[in-house]
Amino acid sequence: MEALAEGVSSKKKKRRLTKAERKEERAFYILTGPWLLGLLLFFVVPMIASLWISLNKWDMLTPAKFVGLKNYSTAINHDPLFWQSLKVTAMFSVLSVPLGLVFSLLLSLLLNQAVGGMRLFRTIFYLPAVVSGVSVMVLWMWIFNPQIGLLNTLLGYIGIQGPGWIFDPKWALPSLVIMSLWTTVGGSVIIWLAGLKGVPPSLYEAAELDGAGAWQKFKNVTIPMLTPTIFFNLIMGIIGAMQTFGEAYVMTKGGPQNSTLFFNFYLFDHAFQNFKMGYASALAWVLFLLILGLTLLVVRSSAAWVYYEGERN
Amino acid sequence: MTNTSRLWIKNTLVYALLLIGSAVMLIPFIWMLSTSLKESYQVFTWPPKWIPDPIKWSNYVTAFTSLPFGKWFNNTLIITGANIVGAVLSCTLVSYGFARFRARGKNLFFILTLSTMMLPDTVTMIPKFFMFSQMGWINTFYPLIVPLFFGKAYFIFLLRQFFMAIPADLEEAAKIDGASTFGILWRVILPLTIPAIVTITIFQFNDSWKDFMQPILYLSKPDLYTLTLGINFFKSQNNIQWNFLMAASVVTMLPSLFFYFIGQKYFVESITLTGMKG
Repeated sequence: MEALAEGVSSKKKKRRLTKAERKEERAFYILTGPWLLGLLLFFVVPMIASLWISLNKWDMLTPAKFVGLKNYSTAINHDPLFWQSLKVTAMFSVLSVPLGLVFSLLLSLLLNQAVGGMRLFRTIFYLPAVVSGVSVMVLWMWIFNPQIGLLNTLLGYIGIQGPGWIFDPKWALPSLVIMSLWTTVGGSVIIWLAGLKGVPPSLYEAAELDGAGAWQKFKNVTIPMLTPTIFFNLIMGIIGAMQTFGEAYVMTKGGPQNSTLFFNFYLFDHAFQNFKMGYASALAWVLFLLILGLTLLVVRSSAAWVYYEGERN
Repeated sequence: MTNTSRLWIKNTLVYALLLIGSAVMLIPFIWMLSTSLKESYQVFTWPPKWIPDPIKWSNYVTAFTSLPFGKWFNNTLIITGANIVGAVLSCTLVSYGFARFRARGKNLFFILTLSTMMLPDTVTMIPKFFMFSQMGWINTFYPLIVPLFFGKAYFIFLLRQFFMAIPADLEEAAKIDGASTFGILWRVILPLTIPAIVTITIFQFNDSWKDFMQPILYLSKPDLYTLTLGINFFKSQNNIQWNFLMAASVVTMLPSLFFYFIGQKYFVESITLTGMKG
């Protein structure tokens, strides 16, 4: 903010730069030059190109044909799988993000207790996040194996016939939610723990003096003080969940019966299986606008529920 | 007395919950290890044996020799190594520029940098693929390696935060002694930034080691596969041999674990730093 204000005032004066200032500016552009070029090459130009491609019919081999907004209207009016993929992605996000937030917060409260051996426990809970990726997805395919996988083996011990997990259209998406909880909770815990560390002990002492119990302290001190952390984890969670791809590509191929047809997977399929680059680009822009819209919604709502300690009215 | 017994009950409860949670986190790994050491015919026996008999260490050899996992391991190592060098070199210079030098347009560029972090990869994917294919870079490592030498928004942001926290007095003194910009960066600033550089090294290691979408796009010759592609290929075969597949997965996970344990301190600190200021 200060820098911005400075920029404004120097504009007003419109004086010429001194020699030292020119030297400083040159140093800035030399140092950041590679990145500014990278921004242009890998972000600005591809973004404009992608927007243009989304208005065309193009298979990357023959010349593109301009079709206007047809790709967008086809998706919205004539493509049930577009809506299915949106539904799958939305349901996955609606389930996995809040569940992830609640589980990781509870876990971090547990890991914030002053008992011995906590370092070891924190490491254990973080392990899945460390190794995540294709090897973890493959591991979970094995865990979800209906006949002899870990889950149905454990359920078998107590006499329950487990479901078909990722092979059952009803269970496939919930299965992936379960897996995502296992892999992502550890990463959020670290951020929660940092947030918890930042709550001043004096607030708890004051609450105790007022006769607050454990629940009241949690509700009236911990939660309000953690709202910036909730905000951060929520935004990161939404952005991540909306872009789920590997789970569908590696584990389910979008099935069974399109029950895990994630948006990004559907898009990828159009681009690199069917070579419908225009349509895929249109899908990419729809996803981008959805993520942008959701993020802005959360950011705008944050004024009402996020409390920053440094900020006083 | 009541206080101590209440504390005792509380601690017992805490440990009980911690142990249950740890079991949930660890049992999948134990299951994976157990499967990776089984005879092929034992993988599908019911009820499963948690401790395989006999313990087939040779599964690991088989997994690595029946498919070119050694080659894939090397490919992944080359790409990851080059990515780390590229990211550390470029991001150090760029973020130093953002942290220390005033220039017209700087704020605009910084906001632009931050906003790229929100952009889904799929938006730029198709034009980038087209660009690299025009350059004849499909089925080479270049599309995976070269972009990192231009920098990476998240690391630039992270390192800038670190640089901003270093007092400018040190540089002023060096400047008076006649040191050049690069001289100051090299001799004065870098030694103080080692923790941050270790951090981005670990982050980049993880990103490159587990990357999947980019290798799928650019590497279609089995000779060029990375480990993630190799495991996915292994999995796609008609008869999945779970014991060998799990052995390969274990080996793929080990370097991540190793890196995590040596850099644990930095890792957690930086996630915290960016998380809180994010």
